Amino acid sequence: MSPILVIAGKEVADGLRNRWIVGATLVLAMLACALALLGSAPTGSLGVKPLAVTVVSLASLTIFLVPLIALLLSYDTIVGEIERGTMLLLLTYPITRTDLLLGKVLGHCCILAIATVVGYGGAGLAVGLGQGSDPQSWAAFGLLLVTSVMLGGAFVALATLISLAVRERGTAAGLAVALWLVFVVVFDLVLLGLLVAGQGVVDPKLFSWLLLANPADVFRLANLTGFDNVRLFSGMAGLAADMRISSGTLLAALAAWMIVPLAAALILFRRREL
Amino acid sequence: MNAIAIDGLSKRYGRQAALCDVSFALPEGALLALLGHNGAGKTTLMKLMLGLIRPTAGRVEVLGCEPAGAALSFRRKLGFLPENVAFHDEMTGRATLRFLARLKREDLGACDSLLERVGLAQAADRRVKTYSKGMRQRLGLAQALLGSPRILLLDEPTTGLDPVLRQEFFAILSELRQGGTTVVLSSHILTELEARTELVAIMRQGRLAAWGSLPELRKAASLPIRIRLLTPGAAQGVAERLGGLDIAHVNDNTVELVCPLEDKMTVLRHLAGLGGAVTDLDLQLPSLDDLYVHFGHHRQSAEVSP
Repeated sequence: MSPILVIAGKEVADGLRNRWIVGATLVLAMLACALALLGSAPTGSLGVKPLAVTVVSLASLTIFLVPLIALLLSYDTIVGEIERGTMLLLLTYPITRTDLLLGKVLGHCCILAIATVVGYGGAGLAVGLGQGSDPQSWAAFGLLLVTSVMLGGAFVALATLISLAVRERGTAAGLAVALWLVFVVVFDLVLLGLLVAGQGVVDPKLFSWLLLANPADVFRLANLTGFDNVRLFSGMAGLAADMRISSGTLLAALAAWMIVPLAAALILFRRREL
Repeated sequence: MNAIAIDGLSKRYGRQAALCDVSFALPEGALLALLGHNGAGKTTLMKLMLGLIRPTAGRVEVLGCEPAGAALSFRRKLGFLPENVAFHDEMTGRATLRFLARLKREDLGACDSLLERVGLAQAADRRVKTYSKGMRQRLGLAQALLGSPRILLLDEPTTGLDPVLRQEFFAILSELRQGGTTVVLSSHILTELEARTELVAIMRQGRLAAWGSLPELRKAASLPIRIRLLTPGAAQGVAERLGGLDIAHVNDNTVELVCPLEDKMTVLRHLAGLGGAVTDLDLQLPSLDDLYVHFGHHRQSAEVSP
């Protein structure tokens, strides 16, 4: 078996053992169900496609929760092992540092994928099958699942990078929380402030490209502007018309947010002396 | 072929020199005991041999290749037990060993017999969190022995082992050495090494303070041997008849002599001539402890060439 898979398998087994997977899945499932029920109640009478509405609510939920889960899962993946003293032994085994890191990231992405697909899948199926839907809504829901895992992957990669850049677990935890605040809360506020203050001065096109600098916003744009029916419910129809960024570019940007921090982490790890 | 060849090896961390111009060669199947106080450079030397860190200067060659840039197949031939070995607390002993065996691409079937061998078969399905220090150490030994390594690097391997296990541990080592495995181990407990080591390296402040077999080192250190004579009621009389010899201590029933190693036989012949006044005799060669203190702490530059 490939060493990457051995490491990833161990991470998933750890996730099962310490209830990470069960916990994350339950939280996502419960909130997703709550949102699905609340979301479909007022719109059902209007005769719209409830699954599309659910996608909008779940996308907002993902932006808050998935990065948090990913950061908590991965922030001590390297620094924790170094502090506990388990890393030294591992590095003397016939496995490259690249494989070790990729295995860990893959394992954490699997944990997130299980939690997201099971947690959201249940709610999506319940709404979609129970209240009717159309192929486009299912496609939007599929895109939501894929991009949620990608967003999680981006934050796993960022947390892994943090884990390699610091010397103590406490610092890594602090940085992880700060990163969540910046990307999920502060970034949008600052951008909004810029937009208001720089009205007429800042080119709106520049504004839309600035959104690419935040994986959470890339995720939001990808999901809320990706399909016509979702766009309608998310109030993004107007914005989407202004946006020159295609779905493909958004997905590529999200993938870049996974790959670039991971590449940086790999470079740091290879240089690190223990 | 030398299993380990080290030439002018130095390692600096920032401005601090952890290892300074160390050279030696170790033939296959040898057992080398690395002695030295904390910070003498033992662990740094092991990390260099493992390829975990790169030397600042000099060369290290293990099994004919440089560890830091070696292919992964090289590491399959290594067994390593770090000082204060740590495992994931939530995993069981068996799961830990199987995980490591998979990484080393070894047969999983060997895990159970290894656990048996280090006396962990009963506790194999308990979480490592519940293990005592000695049990963790045994698990550490088991993983170091995975896949019959050609080179075994053991940092303080016997801490926390009870005497029976210690015996068993050295039995395993000598078995492996007969198969050509080269062993380097560091230790603070010197007495247990005495009977089992033919090569000793004493490290002091990052330098190799002494190197050689135990007899060679004794000779180089020229530490005196101590002879204790049991002379009931006649200590003073005997002491007077030992004119010319260095008397360390006299009380009512014993006389203690100190003499250079090379004069041993002369002194013994002389003592034999003392007749019935001496009822017993105790001869103490300089121990590894004495050598360690001598080379490790006192002399400023005591290079003993191999």
